[in-house]
Amino acid sequence: MFHIYCPYCEELREEEEFHPKGQAHIARPEEPDTCSDEEWGDYLFFRDNPRGIHHEMWLHAVGCRKFFNITRNTVSYEILETYKMGEQPTITAEHLAREEKNAREEKTNNAQVAEGGQQTVGASDAAVASVKGAQA
Amino acid sequence: MSQTASQPNRLAQGGQVDRTQALTFTFNGHTYTGHPGDTLASALLANGVDLVNRSFKYSRPRGIVASGAEEPNAVVQLGATEATQVPNVRATQQALYDGLVARSTNGWPDAQRDIMRWIGKLGSPFMPPGFYYKTFMAPASMWMTYEKFIRKTAGLGRSPTQSDPDIYDHMHRHCDMLIVGAGPAGLSAALTAARAGARVILADEQEAMGGSLLDTRETLDDQPAAQWLKTTLAALAEHDNVTLLPRTTAHGYHDHHFVTLHERRTEHLGDSAPSKAGYRQPRSRLHRVRAGQVILATGAHERPLVYANNDVPGNLLAGAVSTYIRRYGVVPGEKMVLSTSNDHAYRAALDWQEAGREVVAIVDARTAPQGDLVAQAKAAGIRVITGSAVLEAKGAQRVSAARVAAIDVDAFRVTGKVETLECDTIASSGGYSPVIHLASHTGARPVWSDAIIGFVPSTVAGVAASGGARGVYPLDEVLADGVEAGVNAATALGFDVTVDDADLPQVASRHEGPVCALFQVPHEKATLRAPKQFVDLQNDVTASAIEVATLEGFESIEHVKRYTAMGFGTDQGKLGNINGMAVTARCLGQSIPETGTTVFRPNYTPVTFGAVVGRHCRELFDPERYTPMQAWHVARGAEFEDVGQWKRPWYYPRKRADGGLESIGEAVARECRAVREGVGILDASTLGKIDIQGPDAREFLGRIYTNKWQKLAPGRVRYGLMCGDDGMVMDDGTTSCLAENHFLMTTTTGNAAPVLEWLELWHQTEWPELDVYFNSVTDHWATMTVTGPEARKLLTDLTDIDLDREAFKFMDWREGHVAGVPARVFRISFTGELAFEINVQAHYAMHVWEALFARGEAFDLTPYGTETMHVLRAEKGFIIVGQDTDGSVTPEDLGMHWAIGYDKPFPWVGKRALTRADTRREGRKQLVGLKPKDASVVLEEGAQIVFEPNHAIPMPMVGHVTSSYYSPTLESGFALAVVKGGHQRMGESVYLPMVDGRVHEAEIVSTQFVDPKGERQHV
Repeated sequence: MFHIYCPYCEELREEEEFHPKGQAHIARPEEPDTCSDEEWGDYLFFRDNPRGIHHEMWLHAVGCRKFFNITRNTVSYEILETYKMGEQPTITAEHLAREEKNAREEKTNNAQVAEGGQQTVGASDAAVASVKGAQA
Repeated sequence: MSQTASQPNRLAQGGQVDRTQALTFTFNGHTYTGHPGDTLASALLANGVDLVNRSFKYSRPRGIVASGAEEPNAVVQLGATEATQVPNVRATQQALYDGLVARSTNGWPDAQRDIMRWIGKLGSPFMPPGFYYKTFMAPASMWMTYEKFIRKTAGLGRSPTQSDPDIYDHMHRHCDMLIVGAGPAGLSAALTAARAGARVILADEQEAMGGSLLDTRETLDDQPAAQWLKTTLAALAEHDNVTLLPRTTAHGYHDHHFVTLHERRTEHLGDSAPSKAGYRQPRSRLHRVRAGQVILATGAHERPLVYANNDVPGNLLAGAVSTYIRRYGVVPGEKMVLSTSNDHAYRAALDWQEAGREVVAIVDARTAPQGDLVAQAKAAGIRVITGSAVLEAKGAQRVSAARVAAIDVDAFRVTGKVETLECDTIASSGGYSPVIHLASHTGARPVWSDAIIGFVPSTVAGVAASGGARGVYPLDEVLADGVEAGVNAATALGFDVTVDDADLPQVASRHEGPVCALFQVPHEKATLRAPKQFVDLQNDVTASAIEVATLEGFESIEHVKRYTAMGFGTDQGKLGNINGMAVTARCLGQSIPETGTTVFRPNYTPVTFGAVVGRHCRELFDPERYTPMQAWHVARGAEFEDVGQWKRPWYYPRKRADGGLESIGEAVARECRAVREGVGILDASTLGKIDIQGPDAREFLGRIYTNKWQKLAPGRVRYGLMCGDDGMVMDDGTTSCLAENHFLMTTTTGNAAPVLEWLELWHQTEWPELDVYFNSVTDHWATMTVTGPEARKLLTDLTDIDLDREAFKFMDWREGHVAGVPARVFRISFTGELAFEINVQAHYAMHVWEALFARGEAFDLTPYGTETMHVLRAEKGFIIVGQDTDGSVTPEDLGMHWAIGYDKPFPWVGKRALTRADTRREGRKQLVGLKPKDASVVLEEGAQIVFEPNHAIPMPMVGHVTSSYYSPTLESGFALAVVKGGHQRMGESVYLPMVDGRVHEAEIVSTQFVDPKGERQHV
């Protein structure tokens, strides 16, 4: 059962207080009357199913009744951040990929200095940790 | 001593049982005695009971193997009475109490005289892996019959047929640190964290805390381990920030450090919880713990070696032998052979010898064992045979001898001559497997460690394994590891921790030689021909079955598991999984890490349904919602219908002239006539009500409803239709304009909460610029619908509102008083008759309701329920969303073009989808009325409709009946239905072929059966 930080109540609460509402950041087309059937269909029915970082909308249903967003890892179920409606995530799959690439390059540089050395911690974990640290 | 006479295997001294008290218990109908401190298993062994069960598939005799949760055989049915039956209890985990009654779970008619044994003996060559799948697959229709037989012969325990007399509690807890396991690692971690000031919960599944300290040979600070244990537990108990939970199993590790603990409060005291101060105590508590940090100090399970006939009673785990001797004062035999791959198991031989029984030999797979315990065994004069193993046990109901020979572990073959050693007990140890179940529940894959020859948990933030759970075994290292885990977790929580090395007890450091990786012992015969070598005792999975599975092409360990049933049942592979993986790896010619591991899922050990359900049963299973008039409905003998969580009066049966009670048909016919001819009243309080306020409330309504709201004046009411953005109808109801910026929306009863959420969703995510507020007022207002031609006359004397048909028109609402209390009265109609919906604040409701009936006596005011409401509304063609619609129906399909504002300026929710090709196409299913040709027929709701009754099967289905009733007004059955292109087919016949072969014919008609012009509601 998730432990979710409500960005409006500013407290960690039990999952039982919340309703999941699916993928976040699904914008309704600005001009529904003129958009194509494909665009409308994409908006209505098509959702991502990523392995890893996923941005989701939740409702604090028996709390403050506010909708907000969660960035969650669909593998570890770790919630990386929660943010208010209208805000953008600071942790994204692209962001993590960039961090991982940087970490890899750094590793390579270090390896050149230290003549090898074994990588024991997943770079993505390190990247997540650094982002979380920055948030905290 | 007299006790030892009745308990032949009980030692005169030693262990932590209270020999001064005798407890009487019954197993398979025989009465035995044991002592406080015993488990059912230790008491059975003390009494020399070798045979505790029959095996699952081959019906072989089985005895006790282990001393804890990993026990595969001693799985019993507990309970002296029918109501207190508990299935699948591990005898090793059940404390003995006076009057305990248990039976073997398997064995028909009983474990001693087992009919299935003969089938097992004769049939075993014909029972390959996948036997049940292969044999009982065809014909599929017979499976139910087979299953009953298989269940009876091989099944696990049974559930009671009577109601459980016990109560169970749930508790929610929060802590900084949850420590699972109160062995040396858990205790030292808890002490460290407690001193740092962290709020700690320490849970341990056993009857007593201490883990391995309860039976270790080691000393701490030169004292027996029990002394340090006692001091430490006392020290922990003194800390206010520490909660000690003995007899508590952490059975599930869920997301974000949410752990469920099952605390057995009274299961060690009796069949049913005893009372305390006049109150029945809960049998168990389920603690739902949210922890900041979790330390898993769950220890390790010993692995048995896999050799031929290793399932005959008398084959035990080496560690279990030590536990029974040292903790319970029970020696489960006379002459023991120990087969081992490691030093640690030597203590079983030392304990056995010190108990005064004979150790025939220690058979060590290593060629040159050289640890301290080895030296100690040799010094004690015990024969040590090196480079060898027990290949095979002899004996039927009990071990009679061990066949021993030199083996080449790497080449997997027997290299020496076989020696037969007479004995009645074979203890074996193939090393230890860390208990990684809870760590696996987090989803983190375990990692193989060559150093400890076992899987260890991988790293997850906030969870740390400590001690045996991560493969640290020597006691001094375990204690230090616990402290380190405590320090790390406390530091992560922000506590300032200082550790004094002097706090750690002194433990003599002991030299242990390296362990040899032995799992399956080779036999002179090939695995497929050798006597059965059991890998998973509970599910009767043998090494040969696994080999067959790999020969048949199963390569994934997950497939092997499912094909052979390895790791199923109550023990969930605690004992057999690693050995099974090792055998699979050997057969496939790969390493264990290449073979992988199966993932453990909750629960670690079985949890009773009572504990899971807690108090959420019977009337507390789901909340029931009542309207303020509930007591009146009950007093009037109403029958109730569940609508969501609401209890709604369904109909009010009256006494007939003959003294009997009206049937539902008779009551509904009477109620319908009352409304159409006189006056009736409905409790409509359950309708959802949402108060909407704000300068943009009107604009908001225009965007969320399909129809127009710009011109609705205060004092007026309008019907609204709500669609999803896919254009499908999702709710309907009336919305009244209370003031320029103030509206009251009603929703269907079941949709009140979803509609509120829907409004908030659009407001918060798409249109936050709109200044509008929503509030659920469903429970604040009670609603009474007074309807029928006499409604106005009845109300006139009760209200100060002018009820004149011109002053108070249809679809108006007025504020005033009814029966002296403030009221809102709405002239809306769901029956098609003159109707007034009276809304009063809920706490006035009963007063108003009774005042209406007092005045209504003169008019024979008739209360009606939901069934009559349905008939009356259907006669008028009024839809029920969710009954006449199913999420694929547009307003156009319902023939409600009049409620669609295509020319509204804002692209309202659902509009775009109504112009898609699919929602515009010909031949969509459309709502129509159906009039059966035979007036006495009431069509079945859900019945399929066809155009051509003589078409070959499969007939093209063109729609179905959505609502169908008998109308007392029409004196005929009638129905609403969706039919392809129905609006263009008025007057045509359709057919409804029924399951019983009858085919009903019906005519497509308008949905308005009664008063099609709508004149009656305007009077």
